[in-house]
Amino acid sequence: MSVGATARLSRLLTMVPWLLQRQGVPLAEAAAHFEISQAELVKDLELLFVCGTPGHLPDDLIDADWESGRVYLRNADAISRPLRLGIDEAVALLVGLRTLADVPGLHDRDALESALTKLSTAAGDAASAAAAVTVDLSRGVSETTLGTLRDAVRRRRRVHLRYLVPSRDETTERDVDPIRVMTLDGRWYLDGWCHRAESARRFRLDRVVSVDLLDADGTPPAGVVPPDLDELFSPSPDDLMVTVDLAPQARWVAEYYPVEQTVELAGGGLRVRLRTASPDWLPRLALQLGGGMRVISPPEVVGRVAELADAALAAYS
Amino acid sequence: MPATNRTERLLNLVIALAATSRWLTKEQIRRAVPQYERCESDEAFDRMFERDKEDLRELGVPLVTGSHDPLFDDEPGYRIDRGRYELPAIDLTAEELAVLGLASRVWQQASLAGPAARAMVKLRSLGVSEDCETLVGIEPRVRAAEPAFEPLYAATRDGAPVAFRYRKPGDTAAAERRVEPWALTARGGWWYLVGHDRGRGAPRAFKLSRIEGGIRRVGAAGTVVPPRDLDPAAMVRPERTERDDRPARLRLRAGRGTALRLREGARLVTDEEGWSLIEIPIGDVAQLAHQLAGHGPDVLVESPPELRERVLGLLQGTRLTHATDTSGPEPATPGPPSPAAAHSPVSGAPGGPR
Repeated sequence: MSVGATARLSRLLTMVPWLLQRQGVPLAEAAAHFEISQAELVKDLELLFVCGTPGHLPDDLIDADWESGRVYLRNADAISRPLRLGIDEAVALLVGLRTLADVPGLHDRDALESALTKLSTAAGDAASAAAAVTVDLSRGVSETTLGTLRDAVRRRRRVHLRYLVPSRDETTERDVDPIRVMTLDGRWYLDGWCHRAESARRFRLDRVVSVDLLDADGTPPAGVVPPDLDELFSPSPDDLMVTVDLAPQARWVAEYYPVEQTVELAGGGLRVRLRTASPDWLPRLALQLGGGMRVISPPEVVGRVAELADAALAAYS
Repeated sequence: MPATNRTERLLNLVIALAATSRWLTKEQIRRAVPQYERCESDEAFDRMFERDKEDLRELGVPLVTGSHDPLFDDEPGYRIDRGRYELPAIDLTAEELAVLGLASRVWQQASLAGPAARAMVKLRSLGVSEDCETLVGIEPRVRAAEPAFEPLYAATRDGAPVAFRYRKPGDTAAAERRVEPWALTARGGWWYLVGHDRGRGAPRAFKLSRIEGGIRRVGAAGTVVPPRDLDPAAMVRPERTERDDRPARLRLRAGRGTALRLREGARLVTDEEGWSLIEIPIGDVAQLAHQLAGHGPDVLVESPPELRERVLGLLQGTRLTHATDTSGPEPATPGPPSPAAAHSPVSGAPGGPR
């Protein structure tokens, strides 16, 4: 694999200068620094050992010795200095930094700004390529909410949340021991141990009505596993399976919510199947879409949508 | 293992080109790198060498070409520019390194994750230890799961025009688009390409998830120059209708419409038996109408009439698409309301968008 080979080359070109300056560094320490296993490190050293300047006679080759458990490296003058940042490397870090800079409620602005300046200088030409990518994570989160929660995670303090549950049209009050604040697909979330549910829960920050820092230790119970970092919604087999037709203007529903089956309909519509754990959520969505979504089955949901629309129309007349 | 062979070959190439003070011709390079020497044919060597040069450039190895004597038509040679090879001395503090670490983790699970991690290995080798307390507990991240991301990123970086099949919302089929890519931008969890659409002769934004099939390059690298005042984020902001600052007066059933009561600028007018009367700023009238319709009989619009008409239109649209009084699940006859009409209720609604 080409990707593997270049990534490894990059590591080797970084490793050589690092080892040259630390003659006799223990294998374990070097492996830890490069976040690889000792076996992988030994493989890297074996590879270095057979590389060298043209001719490839013993005197031309890199001299690596690790028998004693400590690494000694010689005869690698041509690559004795660390390689500058590649264009994608510079782009990845610069775009990452700019993304952080846009996040509301971050306190460490100084380090952020100076890192951005230093990296731009060091990256040289590559820095201009970073304009090719922009990321906006500043939407849908208030500076106060984010700032308070970050503070809580850092200081391990419990928080009290007033949290909106739109599918039930209510707010709930809960004490939470925060684990982390993160984003997933453009939205901000708090993962934490919820004392009300007595389990780990994920909260959407745009639904946090208010957050108070409590004067209580907020260390989550030992052994708590936070929700999977990349899993937003895990449908359960107990959920209700619903089939709906989406008109062209409502196709976004299939992109926005996890759907299990999608069939194209004549005229640009979509038929999708999705699961829902909350019985109120789907009729509410149907009403919002005002006919852009047509529930096909089960009949009781079709009936519920019609009933709500009738009741609303009656209330207006 | 092939990967090991490749790494070894690339490393020997780097060493050969960095160790030389003279220009090395292709033939000299072939003899200098054992893995090239073992090539069976000139073609195989050419292919291998071209690919390796590309890999080195991507890693940031400054490969330069030139010849000993510009007056003679020498065969051009290669070497590595040692002056530009080196990572400049960046005097990073522990806090800055921690911030950079966090910046690199923004790309977890995305295609720039590899380069981000490699960059951090280089920077960490400069000898500074990280301040792990900085920015703890916050993990801003982006994904780029769309298969189009990788080739479009490369084309944008290289300034190369592309073609792909794109399906606009509401379109029944995808159509070919030729685009000069300017930038990739993420918004609300989606990636967009912004650029000059050659077919339309105008700037356009494309949602990556709506691209069907592969990305083809239809022009040379370095031929696309983005405008100086490019603001990719502005190009993907949904066109906002003028903000409507008038208040909407709403009748809410007791204990219902929680999100509306909590909305910024919401004001309680009166509490009556079983109902509350509140006022909220309209903002985007179409968006608000959809939201209010979702509350069904729990939230009624008192004013303005325009909002009330829109909500009524949506409710009627829902009612027409969810007919329960016929015997079968589908209407027996396509008489009015026809399913087609019922499927576009927003435009068919009284007082619909002007």
